[in-house]
Amino acid sequence: MSESAKQSSNHSFKPLGPTMGMGGGRGPGPIPKVRPKNTAATIAKLWTYLRRQRTGLIIVYISTFLSSVISLIGPYLIGKAIDKYILPKDYNGLLWLCLLMLGIYILGSIVSWVQSYVMSGVSQRTVLELRHDLFEKYQSLPLKFFDTHSTGELMSRTTNDIENVSNSLNQSVIQLLTSLITLSGSLVIMLSLNLSLTLVSLITIPLILLATRQISSLTRKYFKGQQKHLGELNGFIEETIQGQKVVTLYRREATEIKRFKAINEQLNTMGKKAQIVAGLVGPVMNAVNNFNFALIAAIGGWMVFKDLTTVGIIVSFLNYSKQFGRPITELANQYNMIQSAVAGAERVFEIMELESEYTEVHGRVVSHDMRGQVQFDNVSFSYRPDAPILQNVSFVANPGEKIALVGPTGAGKTTIVNLLTRFYDIQEGRITIDGLDIRQMDKNSLRTEVGMVLQDAYVFSGSIRDNIRFGRLDATDEEIIVAAKLANADGFISRLPHGYDMILQAEGSNLSHGQRQLLTIARAILANPSILILDEATSSVDTRTEMHIQEAMKNLMKGRTSFVIAHRLSTIQDADKILVMNGGQIIEQGNHEQLLAAEGFYYELYSSQFRRVV
Amino acid sequence: MWKLKSYLKPYWISSILGPLCMVLEVWMDLLQPIMMASIINDGIMTGDLAHIQKTGLMMLGVALIGAVGGVGCTVFSSIASQNFGRDLRNDLFEKVQTFSFRNLDQIKTGSLITRLTNDVMQIQSFVQMIMRGFIRSPLLFVGSFIMAISISPKLTLVLAIATPLLFILLVVLIRKSFPLFSKVQSKLDAVNNVLQENLSGIRVVKAFVRANYERKRFGKANEEYTHTAIKAARLIAINMPIMTLILNTSVVAVLWYGGGLTRGGSLSTGELIAFINYVTQLLFSMLMISNMLPFVSRAKVSSERINEVLDTLSEITDPSYAQKNGTNAIIHSGHIQFKNVSFAYDTAQTDLVLQDISFQAEPGQTLAILGATGSGKSTLISLIPRLYDTTSGSVLIDGTDVKDIPLDDLRGKIGMALQQSILFTGSIRDNIRFGKNDAGQDEIEAYAKAAEAHDFIMRMPDGYNTILGQKGVNLSGGQKQRISIARALLVRPAILILDDSTSAVDLGTESRIQKALKELMNHTTTIIIAQRISSIIDADQIIVLGDNGTIAAEGTHEELIHSSAIYQDIYRSQRKEEQEHVRIS
Repeated sequence: MSESAKQSSNHSFKPLGPTMGMGGGRGPGPIPKVRPKNTAATIAKLWTYLRRQRTGLIIVYISTFLSSVISLIGPYLIGKAIDKYILPKDYNGLLWLCLLMLGIYILGSIVSWVQSYVMSGVSQRTVLELRHDLFEKYQSLPLKFFDTHSTGELMSRTTNDIENVSNSLNQSVIQLLTSLITLSGSLVIMLSLNLSLTLVSLITIPLILLATRQISSLTRKYFKGQQKHLGELNGFIEETIQGQKVVTLYRREATEIKRFKAINEQLNTMGKKAQIVAGLVGPVMNAVNNFNFALIAAIGGWMVFKDLTTVGIIVSFLNYSKQFGRPITELANQYNMIQSAVAGAERVFEIMELESEYTEVHGRVVSHDMRGQVQFDNVSFSYRPDAPILQNVSFVANPGEKIALVGPTGAGKTTIVNLLTRFYDIQEGRITIDGLDIRQMDKNSLRTEVGMVLQDAYVFSGSIRDNIRFGRLDATDEEIIVAAKLANADGFISRLPHGYDMILQAEGSNLSHGQRQLLTIARAILANPSILILDEATSSVDTRTEMHIQEAMKNLMKGRTSFVIAHRLSTIQDADKILVMNGGQIIEQGNHEQLLAAEGFYYELYSSQFRRVV
Repeated sequence: MWKLKSYLKPYWISSILGPLCMVLEVWMDLLQPIMMASIINDGIMTGDLAHIQKTGLMMLGVALIGAVGGVGCTVFSSIASQNFGRDLRNDLFEKVQTFSFRNLDQIKTGSLITRLTNDVMQIQSFVQMIMRGFIRSPLLFVGSFIMAISISPKLTLVLAIATPLLFILLVVLIRKSFPLFSKVQSKLDAVNNVLQENLSGIRVVKAFVRANYERKRFGKANEEYTHTAIKAARLIAINMPIMTLILNTSVVAVLWYGGGLTRGGSLSTGELIAFINYVTQLLFSMLMISNMLPFVSRAKVSSERINEVLDTLSEITDPSYAQKNGTNAIIHSGHIQFKNVSFAYDTAQTDLVLQDISFQAEPGQTLAILGATGSGKSTLISLIPRLYDTTSGSVLIDGTDVKDIPLDDLRGKIGMALQQSILFTGSIRDNIRFGKNDAGQDEIEAYAKAAEAHDFIMRMPDGYNTILGQKGVNLSGGQKQRISIARALLVRPAILILDDSTSAVDLGTESRIQKALKELMNHTTTIIIAQRISSIIDADQIIVLGDNGTIAAEGTHEELIHSSAIYQDIYRSQRKEEQEHVRIS
């Protein structure tokens, strides 16, 4: 098969692999060099995934090998056709050779179809499992992990990094193999055809290497610059648009446009350089190839004239020399691409190897009829070793009591809640429920018995009904409505266009914050836990609605131990016990009257809140 | 997509030179095989060594000229496409700056950001690709065709069969794969959505022990995506092998048929070889076109999304005579009047958020607005600086309809602290003087003190030079609110609007802020939205919004506490602490 057009029109586009059109396109340009730290180990881990698709992989490799070899045979046969049949005018032989070629080409097409058909399955299945395992891992990682890794970062690992692995499995691995076979195959055939002509066609190889090296080091530099400016620009766009309302409000549009244009201009300058330099590869390679073409034609012509070779061999050579140049540029590119994929896989495996929070096996399953006696016994805790959060915290919450946690921001109120649900495990002391150390309990059953309503009212995309049902998956529609009524949410829900079936957008942006909080309260009510935690649950609800919720809450809290963290002291005055926290310690405890009478920290806090009304 | 072509106009020289250079390169490429044929026919066959040398040198020259064309095309197409992208981005950004709040509500922030970044990039690469590949492939196609015919019209018959076949294949593939690819994209979006939600809500997932439920949700999305992706990939997998087969078959056919022709002497060997070269070039150029098609569909989607932004018109525009008039005197004392104002967010205007609202606020007075969550308080105040226009009725400031006041004057006279305090990357100083770039340090400090922000700012290691992270991440909610209040005060507004902007500030600090405001802003009409009666008890006028978006009660605290049931209800909900307070003081 003649490859002349394939090579000459190859610049700036790579043939599209089977995954084309689904990724979020990488910008044009060379793949940045990212070196994995431990390539061998990562590939070994990747292999454990690939191994599951062993049959498919074997088929892929065999078919890749076959199709490369077949594409090597083509030019050879064309040369033979000219020398053996066309020049001597043997048309019967030519017919047979043509039929043979046709057969080989058909085989070649079938083989390459099998190759991409099977490979798309292999790579997608592998990636499916990788993605699945990574998600699985996220579910079991302790909260601490999510404190230090942003959602955006984890998203990028699960999408970009894995997409990267998929692409390189799909394209680079096969192309690398093809390039290697083509390279060595053409060299062997060329040598067997004619030594001197081989040397002639190798003349341009150093030229190719030199050009590629020079250009790619420049491109890398400019692309890095472009990437930097692009990042700046995207950051600027993101921030300005997120704050667009404030920009509008303060009439800052002109200033922002000026700043934007300045960054955009920098990007433009660098982008032009990067694009021009990167775009040189194609024309330069094309020119080198044409140069080579001319050289072989001229020198070969002279050699035929001197009877050193034949016309058919020249024709074959012209084709091989083109096949030869391409893999060299390809190889460097593929190598970089595979490296960046391995680096991506490495980042994925890094997460997979982190310790799960469900490592202990013998957690005791807590029964639903727990009484709810909670005791903190000299508990100390810190998120980071150098910054202690809780120090020697001790208290008892008797079954059915309402315990309030008050104190300034950073006093450790939310931490207490996090420890009780074992989002974090304590470093010193003991927390018991009904006398049993919570570290001996099964985490999931513990959390099922401890219901929470959190400050950030999180709503998932889906119907309102499903969002409430999140609290207890087997709840009936009636139970959901009852819970919504108790949470005072039924009123606004039934006023919505589709009522309980209204579809909420991700993060509930079509509800107000207060309404979202009511939904999460309904969710907690439905879950029917033995112990209830309300962490600033009504901070965004107006006081009249809050009053209604308080009543619902009172019903809900009856017979359950409950912990309430509140900004407004008014909501916790009826608590059985108020724990006043400051600097990670409980500095006062008692009920409202006792604490006021003591005229301590609580008294200060309380009177500062109401100084206004004097 | 073609709507965007006007962005190339300023760079028409490059836009024309780029493709012209490509014509040069293609032309030179096409000359190579015919020259080689000449070497074989006129050189080798006739034993003319001089001809071989001469033609060989010419081929080298042609290769060089071709290189010049290729490089030129790269340079010009890069210049044109990069400038195209820059201008498009500038225009988009400027457009977004004119967006009204209603526009911003319609196109979600995330989507808007992608449009300005990803979509522009996508189109920019596409433009470059058009100037190179899309010009190159058809040129190569036509050129090869002409060369082939000029060598042997008879042999061109082979092409007459192969080309339509390739063409049909191409069309069928486009028809089948494009919808499939958009389906793949939406399935991928679904996977990302589940993931995004799961990660952002991980605390809730853990608190309710819903990992299994989430696993199922993700597993389903993941399976569906993989299934569709494999289906699409396998459909595309047929493309290459069939195209190559057609191509190779054509070459074989040319070889056989052409071989026959050489016998009769109507075709020389050199011509046959050149012909084979042209055939492969021609068919490969079609293959290249088919490979570029997904980019077309992607660019089409991107350009639609970009055009949507460019075509969005802000319904809030400066009054037509704004430029001529240009007087600042329209707003002098800050008297506000609402006249039968109704408002709906949806364009159908069926779901009224505010209904028939009428009231007045006198200059220098404090007006408080109270009401349940979602009763329309924020909506009401956003009508004053024309963040939205009323659906019916009018808002007047100092007797002039806000729609007749130039936006710069209007918003320049209004200071507003929003419910959600948005800060920007940069120093605290720059954030405070966001609305007044030339404010001096004394001025900034004075207003920071009034907003009770000065003390905590000074406690930071770099004071006013402290650099805030994105969205002010290194500050607490209360601190952010106080900075945005200082920002609003600094513009020395005639009208100050505080939309629940002290909700995260403790009550002691809040009362100090209010005291400072009273002294500093005694000529300013102040509108306060608050949850708590204690925050607004001293207001000159209190408006209570009811559930259906009407004014449920209006008056001073003293009047309302006696006359309004709803106000009493709110009061009762907060009463307990009031009583407690009386007891301790």
